[in-house]
Amino acid sequence: MRYFGLPEFLFIIRALIWTITLTIIAFFGGGIVGAALALMRISKSKLMQHVTSAYMQVIQGLPLLVLMFLCYYTPSLFGYQLSAITAAAIALTINTGAFLGAIWESALRAIPRPQWESADALALTPLKTLRYVIAPQAVKLALPSTVGFLVQIIKQTSLASIIGFVEITRAGQLVSNATFEPLKSFLAVAALYFILCFPLTQISLWLEGRIERRGSRA
Amino acid sequence: MDYTFQFGILMNYLPQFVSGFWLTLLLSFIGIFGGFALGVCCAVTSTLPWKIPRALVRCYVEAMRNTPLLVQVFIIFFGLPNIGVRLSPLTSALIALVLNNGGYIAEIVRSGIQSTHRSQVEAAESLGLTYGQTLRLVVLPPALEKVFTPIVSQSVLLMLSTSLVAAIGVEDLTGAAMIASSETFRTMEIYFVIAIAYVALNFLFRAVLNFAGLLIFTRSRRRLLGRI
Repeated sequence: MRYFGLPEFLFIIRALIWTITLTIIAFFGGGIVGAALALMRISKSKLMQHVTSAYMQVIQGLPLLVLMFLCYYTPSLFGYQLSAITAAAIALTINTGAFLGAIWESALRAIPRPQWESADALALTPLKTLRYVIAPQAVKLALPSTVGFLVQIIKQTSLASIIGFVEITRAGQLVSNATFEPLKSFLAVAALYFILCFPLTQISLWLEGRIERRGSRA
Repeated sequence: MDYTFQFGILMNYLPQFVSGFWLTLLLSFIGIFGGFALGVCCAVTSTLPWKIPRALVRCYVEAMRNTPLLVQVFIIFFGLPNIGVRLSPLTSALIALVLNNGGYIAEIVRSGIQSTHRSQVEAAESLGLTYGQTLRLVVLPPALEKVFTPIVSQSVLLMLSTSLVAAIGVEDLTGAAMIASSETFRTMEIYFVIAIAYVALNFLFRAVLNFAGLLIFTRSRRRLLGRI
């Protein structure tokens, strides 16, 4: 009979690296998708607007768990077998992309129209306008929600445990099966998530407060 | 791709899917309304002058917002029997959903309450309203109206996250799908169908909640439709 002791706790901590890896992949992958989506959303092409809007509506209306199952099983239609981490990373990227796209789109739209117009009057190309005028201001606006969503991603990586990827939730399950002490195991897992997420939540709040204190200078 | 889609076999599982669908609705309703009630209570508590209840609410809200729902479900379902509290999967799922949603709603409503100007509370006091009356008649209605959009988003997200209670064996829509796919191996078809079901539910919830908002909040209704 094993007890929940230091080795078990260290086992969960070692799995932390996978939670963090998955979070980083999802954040950067989703960031690229999200940036592309946000830019397509504010483009003038009606087609692009409709396509991206449909994508965002559908992905935001789909539970991540179902998306993960779809990503896990679809490739086998074509004869490929994805590992659990690949499937989880793809699902998280697709999901994160849709949400970050929405956050960044609203930040881009929050920049007043005259900014675009005056940049145009200074003969800046649209790309340069975006690069030097709009994006720097939009980034400041979007930062609090982006950090807040990072917390969301960290928590969502826990769903990868359901398709069998060993990150800290799955490690907690394994430890709890071995020791018959689920309460301690899962509380340890919860504590680890809390240690990861709480500082980020506070940073997000602080950033938000900073924008409010400075007033809407954008 | 040499895979033929066969949706026909799913018809055998229709009763399971329908009961799973109702269970998903039930979980969502209790999660949304229970969480809302709990959240509003917590938000009100966190604006009271008493230090200890405020600190407790703070701890509760931060604990809920910074740990995954899945782990909360596991703690309640697998963990609590360690200290002698044995709950059925459905009860555990419901408790976890209400507690989790309560934490989020509390934070949303608190921001709404704090944006109410102090002078309004002072005016209510000078009219001789009790604290309860001030809260009910002056502070909460505009606060809730202001944060209604984030509440709707949060409620829809909660509806979507009810899917993960399938992990402890509750047969909601996802749970029914997991069982059906392990019995028929028609995994793709099944997840395809429930994906569509969830997207449809998402639109339905958004529409119903926004409509309810228009019914409840006269001011935003007037702004949108003019005086009716």
